[in-house]
Amino acid sequence: MTTNDLIARLTGELKPVSRTAVLERVGTGLGISLVASAVLMVLWLGMRPDLAEASTTMMFWTKFTYTLILAVAGGWAVKRIAHPLGSIRVNLGLMAATIVVMIVLAFAQLAMTPPEEHMAMLKGRTITVCTFNIVMLSLPLLIGAFWVLRGLAPTRPTLAGAAAGLAAGSIASLVYSFHCDESAMPFIAVWYTLGVLVAGLIGAITGRFILRW
Amino acid sequence: MNSIETRLKELMLASLAGDARSYGILLNDVAKHLRSYFLRRLADAHKSDADDLVQETLMALHTRRATYEVDRPFTAWLHAIARYKLIDHFRRNRIRATVPLDDVEDLFVQDQSDAAADRMDVNRLLQSVPEKSRDLIYRTKIEGQSIAEVAQSTGLSETSVKVSIHRGIRAITARLKGNAANDDK
Repeated sequence: MTTNDLIARLTGELKPVSRTAVLERVGTGLGISLVASAVLMVLWLGMRPDLAEASTTMMFWTKFTYTLILAVAGGWAVKRIAHPLGSIRVNLGLMAATIVVMIVLAFAQLAMTPPEEHMAMLKGRTITVCTFNIVMLSLPLLIGAFWVLRGLAPTRPTLAGAAAGLAAGSIASLVYSFHCDESAMPFIAVWYTLGVLVAGLIGAITGRFILRW
Repeated sequence: MNSIETRLKELMLASLAGDARSYGILLNDVAKHLRSYFLRRLADAHKSDADDLVQETLMALHTRRATYEVDRPFTAWLHAIARYKLIDHFRRNRIRATVPLDDVEDLFVQDQSDAAADRMDVNRLLQSVPEKSRDLIYRTKIEGQSIAEVAQSTGLSETSVKVSIHRGIRAITARLKGNAANDDK
């Protein structure tokens, strides 16, 4: 096909594009995969039975706020990296700052409790499954984020994959917080954060190949 | 500003609104720029790939046009896509790039949102110069026209154009020095 034929074809196919098209695609992709991840959580792990009671505790809302900030920063990063000139430095900075605050809170809580309880606070009762579960719940979201990005124009596949993975891990940890009944800051600061970072790593490694166009 | 940018951006905005005529002109223009862009960056053995790259980039422009943000320069966006396609081409064919990839100032403007503040300072300074000199300075120093071109289009002699510009610049210098003196106080 000659370039002129191609131009004629593309011109014939032209349809108006809404200015919010990118945002809509991000919302659709992450929205649907959030539902998928939540359904997976309910069917596979189940909601925590004491949810009503827990929702009156500080710890529940700390976990909720922590994962929500990461999720919003991550989702926004997917939107930004979808543009050819997109930079996600701000988003990564916000996520890093949020994690640092969580670690400081964890140390503060450790400082206020007797040393012999520290190990229990770090290990909780679900240390063996927490990070794994978050990574599992992040997989539908990772697929959703990749679908979003494959229709847009990220010019740095590895970085875009990392953004997709961090967003998927963060949203998954938000979903997981409705199942998990751990209530110690050090536990959240270590194992939730690790889940988010592992998802980010998976995203970076796979994105490098999947996000080419 | 850069006239290529102004022209292409207008066409792109019309195309995003669904104007097929503008879109046809845009794609034809862009194809020409892209062809020379790729030709200059491909080694002799690979020059024949230029047309494929042009078509691939046009396809990408088409299917991913929603990612153009209207408050940014169009040429910077297009350059990012063309550069991506070129790097992807090198990677797929295991070619080592030996031509500088970023040598594009002549064709594509960079994203200059940061430079906007500087431009506003320049405009404010220019306001302090008499109108006649202001226009001449703007056309020669900022738009980059030659003295001869400006003389011809204004009907002034080259000498009086030069004198006017010289006076205007002296006025600006004086004003900058005055500001510095004020700051010292």
